[in-house]
Amino acid sequence: MNLRRDVFQAIADPTRRAILVLVATQSMTAGAIAANFDTARPTVSKHLQILTECELLAQKQNGREVYYQTNANKMKDIADFIEPFRKMWDDRFNKLEDIMKNYKPAK
Amino acid sequence: MEQKTKIDAEDGKQEIVITRTFDLPVDLLFKAYEEPEVIEQWMGTKVLKLENKKHGSYQFETSDAKGNVAFLASGVIHEFVPEQKITRTFEMENTPFGVQLEFLTFEKLTEDTSKLTMHVVYKSAALRDQILALPFAQGINMAHNRLQNIVNQFK
Repeated sequence: MNLRRDVFQAIADPTRRAILVLVATQSMTAGAIAANFDTARPTVSKHLQILTECELLAQKQNGREVYYQTNANKMKDIADFIEPFRKMWDDRFNKLEDIMKNYKPAK
Repeated sequence: MEQKTKIDAEDGKQEIVITRTFDLPVDLLFKAYEEPEVIEQWMGTKVLKLENKKHGSYQFETSDAKGNVAFLASGVIHEFVPEQKITRTFEMENTPFGVQLEFLTFEKLTEDTSKLTMHVVYKSAALRDQILALPFAQGINMAHNRLQNIVNQFK
């Protein structure tokens, strides 16, 4: 029950969303991830910890390095995982509709 | 309340269907996809190139709030039939998301209403889910300055 709430809290944070985008298609070490942010390294570590705790990120040991990658199954488990995507298109289409209602041909 | 924009994403498939009804005649709806200056307004992108014809190509540029180029999207046009359909590829350049195939169908419902069906096919079901689960990747938060450089290293 709490887990679900935590997942949505996890993706509500812009830095954590950026982290998920970053590791969406390749696994990265904490250092490589942190290099993308102006935020202090411990802050990034905290974000990684939260994302890992709610299983949006999975850790993978490779030699001495720990790599982070997204857990696609968990992301799918988020009940409304498609809603932000739908909302993005809905916003765009609403704008399209508004613009075209006032459209005057240039010719 | 019924949603005007619907997304049909069947589990395990590598495609989605986005449908939307508009309070617009179909010719105006199509114009919003045809005229660069109109596209720029509703997509929030700069149109660098748009050749509305078979074998034509297009390139859009999106910038973040500071004016830094966030990403380039481009593709080629396979079919362009005014007020009926556009078939094209779409790719966010320098990202690992791959090329997607888009079938856009424009339909007249009444004199003043129309419907757009956008059928998008991704390279794989897994990639589709990643892209759907990360809508903020779709041109919204790719604005992260160094992200593109980093992604380039993995190409």
